[in-house]
Amino acid sequence: MTVRSRQIMALGSAAALGLLLVWGVMRLPDFGAYPESYGDMLNAAAVAERHVTNIPSAVNFDYRAFDTLGEEFMLFVAVAGLAVLFREQRGQSDRKNLSVVQVSEAVRWMGSGLIGFTVLFGMMIVLHGSLTPGGGFQGGLILAMAVLLIYLIRGDEAFERVSRRAFVEALEASGAGAYILIGLAMLAAGGMFLENLLPIGRLREVYSGGTIFLINLATGVEVSAAFVLLFAEFLEESRKPSSER
Amino acid sequence: MTVIQVVVFVLVAVCGTAVVLMREPYRQTFLLSLYGLLLSMLFVILAAPDVALSVIVVGAALPLMILTALRIVGKHST
Repeated sequence: MTVRSRQIMALGSAAALGLLLVWGVMRLPDFGAYPESYGDMLNAAAVAERHVTNIPSAVNFDYRAFDTLGEEFMLFVAVAGLAVLFREQRGQSDRKNLSVVQVSEAVRWMGSGLIGFTVLFGMMIVLHGSLTPGGGFQGGLILAMAVLLIYLIRGDEAFERVSRRAFVEALEASGAGAYILIGLAMLAAGGMFLENLLPIGRLREVYSGGTIFLINLATGVEVSAAFVLLFAEFLEESRKPSSER
Repeated sequence: MTVIQVVVFVLVAVCGTAVVLMREPYRQTFLLSLYGLLLSMLFVILAAPDVALSVIVVGAALPLMILTALRIVGKHST
């Protein structure tokens, strides 16, 4: 294929894509318009029905809890697959390759100060999932970032110490398992899978929303452990001598 | 659309383009985190704080992962 014909093809497809985009944009609803009724219905019903002020949490962990179960297990399976893939090729782990990180004094001080704050902030976001924006997913990732900060300022060895593999794996599995157990418990209590049968608590208190609160916690544990594990696997892989990779 | 919405929309577009055009990985990473910050501002202005928080979290995690990866790659290639 000559350069000339390639250019013609690229221009042609760009023009076609541009036309499709313009056509699509022209048929969009007006800016800020919301033609569906699902959101309005939830906004009207969820606060009274579930005593939850963060409607996205009510959707994620109650009204569509089964969807979120799938989402959470996507992450779980991805991390498990990665671990299996990397561990298969791993010989004996070589601890000689542990690197000493060279970071500036400023980064170390700033990072050390930020770790405590990050942990606290992550816990707040997880715990207040049914009250304010955020929840298990966001808060869990923030918690994992605190562990990553330890790596950034202290290097491999400190990171290994705080992310003991067996512990993090158990944490991740129990977070994912708790989600299903909550669903099964509701089944045993005579409801449907993941139906919200717990007392919904008082509006605007940390415990509110019944299973929303619990599933939110389980998700927080699962997500934070999953990301720490993900990062630990990548680090270990990168530490191998390049001939083994 | 209010003025501030237009301003932030334009900033997001400009910064997104800059991320694509920047060829130097380290600078691109910092531009990417700036882009994440602008995007989260956009979501706050559009009254979607939950999504904004997700963007902030991803915007904090992704550059950190890229920076670490760059460091590791740099270490092995020398």
